[in-house]
Amino acid sequence: MHTEKLARIKPLLWSLVWLGIILFVFFFMVSNVLAQEPTPVGPVQNTGITDDQVNAIAKQMFCPVCENIPLDVCPTQACEQWRELIREKLAAGWGEKQIKNYFVDQYGERVLGAPPAQGINWLVYIVPPIAILAGLFILYKALRLWKPTAIEKAIESLQAGPINEAVADAGNQAARSIDPEVDEYVRRLEEELRKRE
Amino acid sequence: MADINPESAVQSSSTERRTSWGRILVWVGLFTLLGLVAISLVRGQQGPVAIGKTAPGFTLTTFDGETITLSGLKGKVVVVNFWASWCKPCEQEAADLEAAWRYYQPRGDVAFIGIAWTDTEPASKAYMAKFDITYPNGPDLGTRISQVYRTTGVPETYIIDREGVLSYKKFSPFLSLAEIKAAIDPLLGQ
Repeated sequence: MHTEKLARIKPLLWSLVWLGIILFVFFFMVSNVLAQEPTPVGPVQNTGITDDQVNAIAKQMFCPVCENIPLDVCPTQACEQWRELIREKLAAGWGEKQIKNYFVDQYGERVLGAPPAQGINWLVYIVPPIAILAGLFILYKALRLWKPTAIEKAIESLQAGPINEAVADAGNQAARSIDPEVDEYVRRLEEELRKRE
Repeated sequence: MADINPESAVQSSSTERRTSWGRILVWVGLFTLLGLVAISLVRGQQGPVAIGKTAPGFTLTTFDGETITLSGLKGKVVVVNFWASWCKPCEQEAADLEAAWRYYQPRGDVAFIGIAWTDTEPASKAYMAKFDITYPNGPDLGTRISQVYRTTGVPETYIIDREGVLSYKKFSPFLSLAEIKAAIDPLLGQ
């Protein structure tokens, strides 16, 4: 009964697994394709700092005014000022870390593209991998459950109609190879089925 | 029937115990996570500070290096204006705010404080010079002040009475000096 049910829903479950894999691959590819292009490389400014150098830092930050738009592609005046500030700091010889720390001091941690791994922020780094691992574990368990065991195959063969000795032998052998106790169980089952016939 | 092996029975009971502890841990973890998400959602849904409530305290270091605390201004009517140099509507009210400050300054019982929100210091100073702003102004470091006031943008103005209670708020620019006076004068009679 249980096996029949499984056999019926098995194609559906496999479809779901494949759908999941396809969606995962699709979103992974699309996210790369849709990644916004940074502001084009312009001429070297008076400071001698190129737009590329500015954008390398700016793309790791977000201005609180324009939600979800990285600083390197944000077209607002506020973001333009921030990029100019990065350029000035770079020209003054500041390093990337120093500049990011300055922005955090001035505008808060939310300007960073990735929250610093401290305090409750750790959850952001820990929860997704744990959730993925848990999901994989559940998937593995489910796949194991869907795969009929040698015993189930043997029982199915026995229930299918007139006893086919070859199939029964195969079932017995498979069962014996797994567990001697199961062997005893299969023997009794066969006996019961023979009696019924 | 096969005999029950006592060893395997003990083993299976200890496995069950381990499984139930595992389940408890998973549920506790899940509820903790949901609780944290719920708290952050509730915080996010909170609106601006309500009129009639004590205004949240703050400390501001002005562009001149002066430190101002709201609690230190108790007994005065305090006008707190959030602005930014890149904010066009802020420019609309900048001159009127400065005029109002100059009007009330001789009395000594009205304080004006400007808070530059997500602005860069050079741009803020240029803006202040452009509108000849003389009342104390400073950056909202770490956006801490705007966060406690739960501002939604700029310009926003909060007027706090002599007792430190929020009495008036405006989420758009003042359109005239008369409008600013109309918001402050009733609080001076108290």
